Amino acid sequence: MGGWAIAVHGGAGVDPNLPAERQEEAKQLLTRCLNIGISALRSSLPAIDVVELVVRELESDPLFNSGRGSALTANGTVEMEASIMDGDGRRCGAVSGISTVKNPISLARLVMEKSPHSYLAFSGAEEFAKEQGVEMVDNEYFITEDNVGMLKLAKEANTILFDYRIPIHESCAASVESPIHMNGLPLSIYAPETVGCVVVDGQGRCAAATSTGGLMNKMTGRIGDSPLIGAGTYAGELCGVSCTGEGEAIIRGTLARDVAAVMEYKELGLQDAVDYVIKKRLDKGFAGLIAVSNKGEVAYGFNCNGMFRGCATEDGFMEVGIWD
Amino acid sequence: MGWAIALHGGAGDIPMDLPADVREPREACLRHCLQMGIDALKAHKSPLDVVELVVRELENNEYFNAGRGSVLTSSGTVEMEACIMDGNTKNCGAVSGLTTVVNAISLARLVMEKTPHIYLAFEGAEAFAREQGVETMDPSHFITPRNIERLKQAKEANRVQVDYNTRPIPKDNKPPAPSGDSELGTVGCVAVDSYGHLATATSTGGLVNKMVGRIGDTPVIGAGTYANKLCAVSATGQGDAIIRATVARDVAALMEYKGLSLKEAADFVVEECAPKGTTGLIAVSATGEVTMPFNTTGMFRACATEYGHRELAIW
Repeated sequence: MGGWAIAVHGGAGVDPNLPAERQEEAKQLLTRCLNIGISALRSSLPAIDVVELVVRELESDPLFNSGRGSALTANGTVEMEASIMDGDGRRCGAVSGISTVKNPISLARLVMEKSPHSYLAFSGAEEFAKEQGVEMVDNEYFITEDNVGMLKLAKEANTILFDYRIPIHESCAASVESPIHMNGLPLSIYAPETVGCVVVDGQGRCAAATSTGGLMNKMTGRIGDSPLIGAGTYAGELCGVSCTGEGEAIIRGTLARDVAAVMEYKELGLQDAVDYVIKKRLDKGFAGLIAVSNKGEVAYGFNCNGMFRGCATEDGFMEVGIWD
Repeated sequence: MGWAIALHGGAGDIPMDLPADVREPREACLRHCLQMGIDALKAHKSPLDVVELVVRELENNEYFNAGRGSVLTSSGTVEMEACIMDGNTKNCGAVSGLTTVVNAISLARLVMEKTPHIYLAFEGAEAFAREQGVETMDPSHFITPRNIERLKQAKEANRVQVDYNTRPIPKDNKPPAPSGDSELGTVGCVAVDSYGHLATATSTGGLVNKMVGRIGDTPVIGAGTYANKLCAVSATGQGDAIIRATVARDVAALMEYKGLSLKEAADFVVEECAPKGTTGLIAVSATGEVTMPFNTTGMFRACATEYGHRELAIW
């Protein structure tokens, strides 16, 4: 108990047929990110700096769905979003509709610290980015061949099956037949690999950060859970939480806030709170989350087939995994 | 049990000497909207329909900061946002950055019912609006002389304050939020029918002199808007404070996790979770209770229950 702790994730809902090399690549990236975070924590960097640092690394790597390697909109472009929250004071910052800023999580941080607001989006956010002098690149920088291929498949699925805008079930979230398939195609095509990091530092301060390109083939202008404080990201005095998975389910379940609320109002411990929320707050959707507590604990949970994750605590514990 | 409805036209530093020519039209609108909501509930319309039609009416009234009459961004434009949520299914819809859509709340409902998503914003939302054939007007339709004046005053007030672009900001000091006519807030409506079905809707033009692209608490599920099987909540006030305190969700969470009553939960959130001077909310419970607490100077509000309780007030 006590001491720092860190967790990272690269998405929940993993294709069971994911080729071994991809699994290995993912684990190596998670390990590298954990080590970056651990190093920073050992140098006594505050939690808020550590989560930003780690998520920047995840954004720069094309493997997961954030920054470079983001999923593509129906128009074949990239629209990224991110949010960051500092448990110390519950300050927060979020951005959506980012298309030329190299590291959306850093822009979210600047919104938190250098703007009078908490959430900026689309052209207004890009304008702010220019004023702040952050690193900007062409939209093409974020687009990978892999994702161009995935978009094509996703579009073909939609044409053959149905117009996904008209739901066949009463639920209006995208039709999820099983945790593994969506619209008849393996989940990996929808690239639900949002990234995130949660940290509690040596002073017991918690922070959380989440970043994503969103849903493959999403309507342009679609905002998911990642930039929404209380849904995809939350940090308070007791804990820091970052979620990933089916955005619409995470929003309806106000997942990240609920982990903290259950700790505050029901006085559950971290793991119990995580288990409770995963079990009870996701009625129809799949999702996963990582969390740390101000006591130096780390926990994660998911109700679907796998979650790319890694965690470490000051006493030397370290674990990277994908499956149950 | 019985139906109940509450609506608001914004919480803030509403001066007690608010001139009659501004106060009266707003009171009249609240009275009119309350009656519309009551009639709809009596006619057995679903709470989702009721909150939508009431908020549409508030959006159409130029005296409130939503739809026509929305406050202006720093560029002198209007960017509207709205959110609607069905307590029973927890289905929800949200929109931001609208410039031509006459009724943002109805577009939010279409996002909920006609797309696999929850939240659409800016150009994507406008494109969707066109596909759906909702009523749109030229952006100038939404801009009123009163708001042009408000923006002017806000910009003048800011000239006195720090220009956040050119001065280095100390680490923990965010630049001051644009000041302006802080008596203006969001509009919202919550309703429950005699079966205990709940719904909530909130709509706004946002903050005077806000940065283009700024999103507030209204479309953030759990912050400005939330409904589940226990209660329906719509919040108003300073968006950033409402976001970090997850106001709407916390009212429901306190009821669920701590067993508080609607009134106890709402009072706790307004008194303990959000800083003084920032927040007001309206809420109804599945059992037909209604509450409208605020920690600001005032909140334009009205409510009614099936058992004859009626209230319309500002302070």
